Amino acid sequence: MTGQETLKAGLRGAGLPIQVGPFVVRLRSRLDRIERSVALFYDRQLLPADGTPFADFHITLARSSGLHAVWRPQARFFLDGRSPFRPLPLAHAYPLFEWGLNWCIAQHAHDFLMIHAAVLERDGQALVMPGEPGAGKSTLTAALALSGWRLLSDEFALLSLETGRLVALPRPVSLKNAAIDLIRERYPQAIIGPSSYDTSKGTVAHLKPPDPSIERMDEQARPAWLVFPRFAVGGRDHLEPLAPAEALQRLVGSSFNYSVVGAAGFEAAADLIEQSACLNLEYADLDATLGLLNGLPEGGA
Amino acid sequence: MTRPALAQMLATLREPAGVSERSPADWDLLVRVARVASLEGRLQALIEDAGALPDVPPAPRRHLHAARVLADRQHVMVRWEVARIHEALAPEQIPVMLLKGAAYVMAGLPCARGRQFSDVDIMVPKAQIQQAEQHLFVQGWVCEGYDAYDQRYYRQWMHELPPLTHMRRKSVLDVHHTILPPTARLHPDPALLWQAALPLEGYPGVYIPAPVDMVLHSATHLFHDGELENGLRDLADLDALLRHFANEDPAFWERLTARAFEMDLARPLFYALRYGHEFLQTPVPDSVIRALAPARPALPLLALMDALFRRGLKPHHWSCDGGLSGVARWLLYVRSHYLRMPLHLLVPHLLRKAIKEHRKGKRERPDA
Repeated sequence: MTGQETLKAGLRGAGLPIQVGPFVVRLRSRLDRIERSVALFYDRQLLPADGTPFADFHITLARSSGLHAVWRPQARFFLDGRSPFRPLPLAHAYPLFEWGLNWCIAQHAHDFLMIHAAVLERDGQALVMPGEPGAGKSTLTAALALSGWRLLSDEFALLSLETGRLVALPRPVSLKNAAIDLIRERYPQAIIGPSSYDTSKGTVAHLKPPDPSIERMDEQARPAWLVFPRFAVGGRDHLEPLAPAEALQRLVGSSFNYSVVGAAGFEAAADLIEQSACLNLEYADLDATLGLLNGLPEGGA
Repeated sequence: MTRPALAQMLATLREPAGVSERSPADWDLLVRVARVASLEGRLQALIEDAGALPDVPPAPRRHLHAARVLADRQHVMVRWEVARIHEALAPEQIPVMLLKGAAYVMAGLPCARGRQFSDVDIMVPKAQIQQAEQHLFVQGWVCEGYDAYDQRYYRQWMHELPPLTHMRRKSVLDVHHTILPPTARLHPDPALLWQAALPLEGYPGVYIPAPVDMVLHSATHLFHDGELENGLRDLADLDALLRHFANEDPAFWERLTARAFEMDLARPLFYALRYGHEFLQTPVPDSVIRALAPARPALPLLALMDALFRRGLKPHHWSCDGGLSGVARWLLYVRSHYLRMPLHLLVPHLLRKAIKEHRKGKRERPDA
């Protein structure tokens, strides 16, 4: 069988095992757009179906059944036979898979402090960027990942409670609206999938993680910089130091499971702050900001 | 070769030290079944106590560990909730009895370790339930999301207030005044529960049920009133409670059977022991089986209940389901309602619920 046939057979049969950072996802779907997206984005992460007996998450994406599905086809997400969310239009099946996988990880991976943040690495040192939606985090992340930084994660930082290091969760970077064309024009080598229009986040398209991100996904990174970006139209691109106490508060505020992991989470967050230079970033111009981040002095705090 | 999911689950609950025999494929299924049965955290605690955690491969161990972290966090929260409830009701001289999970945790019982749960259940005397509601309201517990019909249904027919949600913490509190609805077929007297209740140390005015009553309440909840969503978890609770109490008190079994007849709860106890033994090999003395003979249903009924409970108590996961699982669950659902209310009350209620669900479904459809 060719790779494409194996992929199709896996998705339609007992499930296609995919290594996503520290997790194995076994994905089943008969939907063409899931098959195309998986072939495009996850081709380097497929595991042998027979040699992978254990999976962390058994996920199915299926067409909604029911009469109204005839004129308004929808896709539904299942974790092991249970559907935790509403269906979405069939055209959004792939973003639904990515969002659903986020949910699975956030619900179950309490061996990490999970933070809504991008993580990139340079020379073994990690840049952690928590950010509210709209802070321009994904655009920055994509630009950094396409200009020499290794992408660990686009919006889901995994801080190991055991090692205190950042664990990679390489997934396609979700680009929204104007950022899609911006990245496409600046980085002709970027592989960007088809756009999904009118999602809850506007138009969404995904950037395939560059090869080093996948090849080195087992390598953890030591935290060195904690940067809180804020996109400000017409603003002045600059970094300014942030008091550790405030940085800790904001880091914890961006965590999905701080309240669950309790004291271990506090220790891990405090250690991260201690090892990192904590900075606020105001950014308006991508080139200027990339210059600032590339010029960060080594070694963190 | 992967063994059937249910057999593995039961074997692990009974003999957690034997986990070294599991293959990675066994674990794949076991973790999934434990997840839907709310038994992941419990399995972790049992395996840990048996000293067998190193025998669990890292991938499944991570999931058991995460569930345990979550369960431990829930226990911290339950302690906090109990302290707040105590604060709200003790100054008003309203006694509070903790039920189910909250009681297991606060009493430090072995079955609490790793147990996952969400709501806190308490009982207050019927005469003071309105007063209790007012004082809980002042401390932030409100009744929201229930329409006028639900409100009236709970207050008129049920043995509890509609669930209360705390405004800031979003924790859910069920306030009961007895353990079965007044319209139910069985009539346990709550006064007997109060007389035997044990004070909870450090919280004057807060009580936990006496051991025999704790078992009877759990059995009643599972076999007479309950939904079986977490049936196996609740059966595992019963098994652990029985083993623990029998070990502590040589006269426990005798007390338990006598109390079951006194409380009019011998039938639920009969089922609890029967299926506890069948699923988890709960060690039930012969003398207890003989003593409970009058509570045993006649043969045709027993055969039917066997057919229903053997299916209904299994985890609600496709790997445990047989052809009749859905039907059995539906019949048990109907049974729990039938036992709760006489038909002339039940039929209009279920009809009304069905119409409401239907309308809600219509509203939620994006194209409607």
